Amino acid sequence: MIEAIDFSLLALTSPGWGGALLAGFLRSVELAAGGYLLGIVIGLLGATAKIYGGRILRDIAELYTLLIRAVPELVLMLLFYYVGTDLLNTLMASLGREGIDIDGLSAGILVIGLVQGGYATEVFRGAIRAVPPGQIEAAQAFGMSPFRVLRRVTLPAMAPHALPGMANLWMIATKDTALLAVIGFSELTLVTKQAAAATREYFLFFIAAGLLYLALTLISNLGLRWLERRARRGLPAAA
Amino acid sequence: MPDIDIVTPIHPAPALPLRARLAPLLMPHRLVMAALALAALAAIVTQMNWSWLPVYLPKIGHGLLVTLVLLGSSVAAGFALALPLGAVQVTGPAPLRWLANGFCTVIRGTPLLLQLWLIYYGLGALFAQYPEIRASWLWPYLRQAWPYGFLTLTLSFAAYQGEIMRGAFAGVPRGELEAARAFGMPRLMVFRRVWFPRAVHRALPTLAGEIILQLKATPLVATITVTDLYAVITRVRQDTFLTYEPLLLLIAIYLCLSGTLTIVLRWLEGRVPSGH
Repeated sequence: MIEAIDFSLLALTSPGWGGALLAGFLRSVELAAGGYLLGIVIGLLGATAKIYGGRILRDIAELYTLLIRAVPELVLMLLFYYVGTDLLNTLMASLGREGIDIDGLSAGILVIGLVQGGYATEVFRGAIRAVPPGQIEAAQAFGMSPFRVLRRVTLPAMAPHALPGMANLWMIATKDTALLAVIGFSELTLVTKQAAAATREYFLFFIAAGLLYLALTLISNLGLRWLERRARRGLPAAA
Repeated sequence: MPDIDIVTPIHPAPALPLRARLAPLLMPHRLVMAALALAALAAIVTQMNWSWLPVYLPKIGHGLLVTLVLLGSSVAAGFALALPLGAVQVTGPAPLRWLANGFCTVIRGTPLLLQLWLIYYGLGALFAQYPEIRASWLWPYLRQAWPYGFLTLTLSFAAYQGEIMRGAFAGVPRGELEAARAFGMPRLMVFRRVWFPRAVHRALPTLAGEIILQLKATPLVATITVTDLYAVITRVRQDTFLTYEPLLLLIAIYLCLSGTLTIVLRWLEGRVPSGH
């Protein structure tokens, strides 16, 4: 029989798990935000390589996005986690320092960022392609350096085209942080599972965590819509 | 909520003669890269430890089968569920519309892993409390993990595909429906003969991308003790203490699976008459 649900388990202080849940939630947001930013950097590099790079660079970028799109995120995260920590330890050893323990946050951000980068590359590539070439040629005709063309013309002009795709990627980033629970990062999903297992109140805790995720998605949705409206000022209505 | 689907529809490639198709692969830098890849492959095969492979091969085969069965069944059931979810959001009465919309928003707004654990641990614990359920013929199945994995994957696919179906139902040109009405078809017949088939047809190009995404979601069921491909490889890694070899094999298998699926789905898509 179902007993009455004991909401005091969600209290913020010690017998309750609310504080631990909120800390895990913060951790998830940090991981998602860090990974998303890293993904944007990788995505810009990847898109530049695909559009302006030489043959070899272009092929390498293609292989990277192929790998990211064809292999499950969970497997990729496992791979990047082990390869990343191994590489860093070898690097430190070759520099004559002893192996360091990478703290969980940067490892998680790295792993999420590498996955996000693959999708961001595709989003940015499409967006840069949508910028009328005449605008870029005009900037070049003014004698701007390639970097300045990118900063002053290409990036601002492609932003409205990239925003819908990047909004999707933010949603995916927040949800992908949950996968880190499988590798053992103590973010919201793992903390929730621990709390639920300790108290045997599975529905209470998983639904509470689900509401936190949902709140994050819905609130960032509002923000992203506002950003999109702002970026599209002066452009014809979306097709 | 913006559409989560970020996979652009794949258009069937025009048939080229074999030499024209091979030409891009024979560019000098690609030959060098292929040689490097072959060398890396040779190094992986000869230098790394693969002695475990023959022992575990039957288990890996079984895991692959579990993954494929889960993928196929959840896609089929999820698609069947997505059709009413999409239709109701466009034409249904308000309470049903809100319900379907809320379902899609909640499923798409929370991580799949959380849903999986909620359903497995939550429902599992709930069912165990009822003697009636424990005594029923269903109990031997409900004690296993795969029904929960199947249920979660199905609901997830239904929500994402339902959102796509909503767009597909809404996107059928008004004129076609009006033409059907003008022929004197009753509402139900309009739905059955025109609206429904046209909507499914419009949604087909995105289906390939959604199925690949679903394939990439299946390894999560390993966390609730379903022995799919990923779970078998995890087991190998725990038994042999090898970090990279099983992982590399796993990635290779998933790459092959995604590639094969893409090719098969593209071929299927080419066989569907486009009407243009």
